[in-house]
Formats: sequence, C-alpha cells, structure tokens
Amino acid sequence: MKKQLFALLFALVPFTAMAAGGESVPYSMTPDLHDKASLQRGMKLFVNYCMGCHSLEHQRFARAAEDLDIPQELVEENLIFSSDLAYNDQMGNAMSTDDGESWFGAPPPDLTLEARLRGTDWIYSYLLTFYRDPERPNGVNNEVFDLVAMPNVLEPLQGVQEKVCAETDRPVHGAELDPLTGKYQSCEVLQVTQPGSMEPEEFEEAVYDLTNFLAYVGEPTKLHAQALGPKVLIFIFIFGVLAYLLKREYWRDIH
Amino acid sequence: MGNPNRVKAESGFMRWVDDRFPATQMWQEHLSKYYAPKNFNVWYFFGSLALLVLVNQILTGVWLTMSYNPSAEGAFASVEYIMRDVEWGWLIRYMHSTGASAFFVVVYLHMFRGLLYGSYKAPRELVWIFGMAIYLALMAEAFMGYLLPWGQMSYWGAQVIISLFSAIPAIGPDLAQWVRGDYLISGITLNRFFALHVVALPIVILALVVLHLIALHEVGSNNPDGIDIKDKKDETGKPIDGIPFHPYYTVKDVFGVAVFLFVFCAVVFYFPEGGGYFIEKPNFEPANPLKTPDHIAPVWYFTPFYAILRAINFSLFGLDAKFLGVVFMGAAIAVLFVLPWLDRSRVNSMRYKGWMSKVMLALFAISFVILGVLGVLPATDGRTVLAQICTAIYFAFFLLMPFYTRMENTKPVPERVTG
Repeated sequence: MKKQLFALLFALVPFTAMAAGGESVPYSMTPDLHDKASLQRGMKLFVNYCMGCHSLEHQRFARAAEDLDIPQELVEENLIFSSDLAYNDQMGNAMSTDDGESWFGAPPPDLTLEARLRGTDWIYSYLLTFYRDPERPNGVNNEVFDLVAMPNVLEPLQGVQEKVCAETDRPVHGAELDPLTGKYQSCEVLQVTQPGSMEPEEFEEAVYDLTNFLAYVGEPTKLHAQALGPKVLIFIFIFGVLAYLLKREYWRDIH
Repeated sequence: MGNPNRVKAESGFMRWVDDRFPATQMWQEHLSKYYAPKNFNVWYFFGSLALLVLVNQILTGVWLTMSYNPSAEGAFASVEYIMRDVEWGWLIRYMHSTGASAFFVVVYLHMFRGLLYGSYKAPRELVWIFGMAIYLALMAEAFMGYLLPWGQMSYWGAQVIISLFSAIPAIGPDLAQWVRGDYLISGITLNRFFALHVVALPIVILALVVLHLIALHEVGSNNPDGIDIKDKKDETGKPIDGIPFHPYYTVKDVFGVAVFLFVFCAVVFYFPEGGGYFIEKPNFEPANPLKTPDHIAPVWYFTPFYAILRAINFSLFGLDAKFLGVVFMGAAIAVLFVLPWLDRSRVNSMRYKGWMSKVMLALFAISFVILGVLGVLPATDGRTVLAQICTAIYFAFFLLMPFYTRMENTKPVPERVTG
C-alpha cells in the first residue's frame, strides 16, 4: 500500500511541479476583502480619480454597494456622477473609446479584471512608482510600466515624485547593496520632492485601499466562496467517513 | 411474454418491465452479477471518478449554456455575467473550469494504471482502444471549450494550434482556413467550436464511454496481478477471486468519490485559477486579434505534446521542422493506440515483469512529466535539448517495447490474486 501511495504521489507530480512564474515588481500587498472600510475608501478613490477614463463594465454599483455595506442613497448622491447611470447599472464611464484613443494613443482599458490579469502587486506598485520625466508627453513615466501613456492622476495626493540620488532600504534595480549600511545607493531612488495633500505613508494606504477595491471587483464572489467552502468541505468529510464505515461493513467478509 | 432467454423478475412491476425491457438482466450483467477481482487497489478509483467528472461537466455545461453568448462581441462579457449576475453562476463556472483539469488528472492516472498492470493486453485491446478514442475526443472537447471564454489565451492558443494544420504540405493552408471558417480565428470559429463543444463531441464521448464499458464487461476487469480471475471458479461457476461489483465496488467507489470531491471542492472554493494553470491569467483580458501575448502556453494537460512539437526544430527527409513537429506530436498520441500489440511480455502486470519494463515505465513517466513542465515554459536552447531527450525516451518506451518485453526474464505469476 505504501508503495502504491508513493507511486500515486509520483503520478501527481505534474500537478504540483509547475511553479507559478511572473514579472517581479518592487512592492507587494495582500488584499483584505474583509476590511470593508478599506474597500469603501478604495471605491471612493476609484470613482473620483479613475472612473473619468476607466470603466468597470462588469461591476454594478448596486452589487458593490451591497457587498461593501454602502447605503443606496449614499451611492446615488456621492458615487454616481453621470446622469446616464443608475444604481443598478454597471460602472461605465463617460469617455468614448474614440476620444480615449485620440487623447492617449490607446483607449484606457476597462479595469474590472485588472487585478486578476496583472495581479494586485502590479497595480499597487504601478500606482506608487510614477515619477517626473520631462521627456514624456504627460511629464511622467512609470517604474513598472515603462513609457506609459497615463498621467499620474494621483499626483495631487502623492505630490511630485522624482528620481534622485539617495540611500534606500528598498532594493533598487541595478543598484548594489552596501554591506556595511545594508542600504542601496542609487540615483534611481523615487522620492517625493514637492509634497501633495497626503503624507507618503498616508498615500501608500490610499493606494492600498484602491488596489484592495480592484481586488474585490476582480472577483466579487470570492468572500461568498470562502464562506461556503468550509461548510461544503465539512459535509464532504463527514460523508466520506460514513462512506468509509459503510465500505468497511460490506467488505468485512472479503478476505 | 417478451424474450424468454432473459433473466426476469418473478412477478410484480419489475416482471412487467422485464417483459418489455431487459432491466433486471442489465442490472445483473453490469452491476450485481458483474464479478470484479477483489484485489483492486487505489489505482482503480480513477475509472469511476472519470465518470463522475463527465457527469459534472455535462450538468454544469448545460447550465452554463443557458447564460453563455457564443459571439465574438458577447462571449467574454457573458462569462463575466455568469460569474457576477447569474445566481450561483460563479460556482457552476468554476466547477466546469476546474472539472476540465480534474478530468485530465483522473484520465491520466487511469491510463497510467493501464500501463502499470497491462490492462490493454489481450483480450482487452478494444477496451484500451475505446479508451484512447475517449482521450482523443476529450482533447478535442477541451481544446474547443477553451476558446469559448474568448480571452487572450483562448484566442491565441487556438490560433497557434489551428495554424499547425497549415504545416501539412500542399493542402495545409486551405485546411487550416476550412477549420477556422475564416482567414483568422473569428466569431465564425467561435460559433462552430461552440456547436462542437456542446453538441457533437459530448455525444461522441458518451457513446464511446458506453462502448468502453460494454467491452470491459464483456472481457472482465484486469487487476494488479494481471491474472484472469475466470480461470478459477467455484462449483456455481463464480470466480473465486471475484466479488459482485454492486455492492462491493459501488460502496468502495462512493468513498473514492468523497475523497475526490474533498480535493475538487477545495480547488473550486479556494484556488479556482489553479495558480494560473487551470485558468490562465491572460484569459482575463478579452481576445484581441491585434495584440499577441508575450508568451503563449497551452493549458497544462496539453503541454507534454506541445513540448514534443517544439522539440522538433530540425528538418529530416526533406520535411520541414514545423511539419515534422506536427508528425511527431500526432505520432505521440497515435502510438498509444497500437500499444496492445507492442507489449510482447508473457505477463500482464508490472509486478511480474522484468527490470527493463520497470525502468522503461519509470523513464517514460518522468519524461512525460518533464515534457509537461517544459511545455509551459518559454523555449531556450537548453530546454529544447532536454525536450528532445525526453521525446526520444517517450518514443523509445513504445518502439523498443516489443524487444525489451520479450527479452527480459519475468517472475512467476501466482495462481490466485495476492491482494
């Protein structure tokens, strides 16, 4: 029996051997879908700063309001700006595809599934790593999305971020670790040079909330699934024990 | 009344039915008096589990069809509609997408069991061939189903695989266009794949499953010792080492079902994307014919054959590398069909075969796994060499089988099953 189990394990190798790959990004975040306050703040930020250009064409206002415990009146008064959109509608935007294409070179993508397509670490890092670059048409470039066409819409909150020569704790691409100080010396360090309305920590939290909200939008049923999962698994476990006892009873006389 | 040669109930309602339909006869032939060897081990769960997954795919598939829109404009959005707005749609969809991968997991284990205990050998050649036909139909079914969500990987995966037809000399390009129904993958291709995925291929698979089971019940099940239990019968004519499939194996398989469902549901509820292998990340972006993804990888269950295709990067006998790759990939599957005639061993089970068979099977299994991993990764020179070595081992396992199975010393086979 042991041998067989080993053989079975071996046969299952193709199932587990394939480790997930992915591009590396400088920052990481773990979404917390139970943190309703964070998701509410994230939705507010999304509606105010992103939805001018980006739609969430598969996400309904009503569904988000229900899942995030936001009263309907509050959504209708503060989060739906377009008179074309109603509470039960999907979170579309006012910008036409043609306008987007002529203004930015490509229409701003729909972001409903962005968190599942690129991952939350990517979104979080992307929003944190805009920096001034006078050579770009919008005056900014991005660490994780080189030559991006999007302006840094969060600049009023973050302030102006620039690449400067400095020491930093965080790994910087191409910079070597100083073994004495444990820091990186580089002229590619991103630093806020003109403050925005938020402190850097405050801004990171805001970006966390926004990314968290996009994680929710990517799969709004995730919490339902995780709440149902244990019940289903416990049921199957008990069923399995009973099935085993039944099998053992039937097989008692087989030698 | 009716056919007097049938087994019939004594009286009552079942007698009425039996006079018109061989219900009692079929029940006995296939379940209550179908004698299966009593020494089935854990490998023997995967046949009934494959049936369970097939039922899962059909039921969830029917419900998905109710809300899915098979058009290039609406397909992607309709899948998200199912995920968000249809009651329990997310569960039905994840059961279907996880079920596709689970199907290949159990089928690969089921096939490996056949290799391990010689379940393909006489008189079970047709059982094996019908099984292989199911596997082939299942690959077509999975391939066409993967186009339906109309994501980037759906689109470009189909583009790559269908373009393989164009490697066939002379008729290739026209054939590829005929399969697509267009100059490139389009809504027309999506519509015909939908028709084949939900109507034609499920009918073929169901019919083949019936043939697989009828052929199996005609010759009887093999077992880990690879000996025929019908050689030793008691005075009533029942095999001494056989037990009725029902209730013994039905209750045992129900326990197998519970274990399987536990793992299956854990994936469905907690890891439905399977780490990006059951649902690939680029598939969260709608199909875009103008934007090729950086790296196109088929779903994991096709990757061993994809790796064989890519391993052939040289021309031979005037055939160019691309066509030769297609030939090798086709041959890798075709060779499985003739397996019953390649194995010349006196014994069935790996338990009694010689060391050469054991080493070859181990090398084959390792190569298949390595090819599977290589098929997901982008090709590099080193990986291509490794894929070529594994491809050579894959084919050596089959093509050298007539020699090593005949040459090696086998162990004596027991009279009765050993448990």
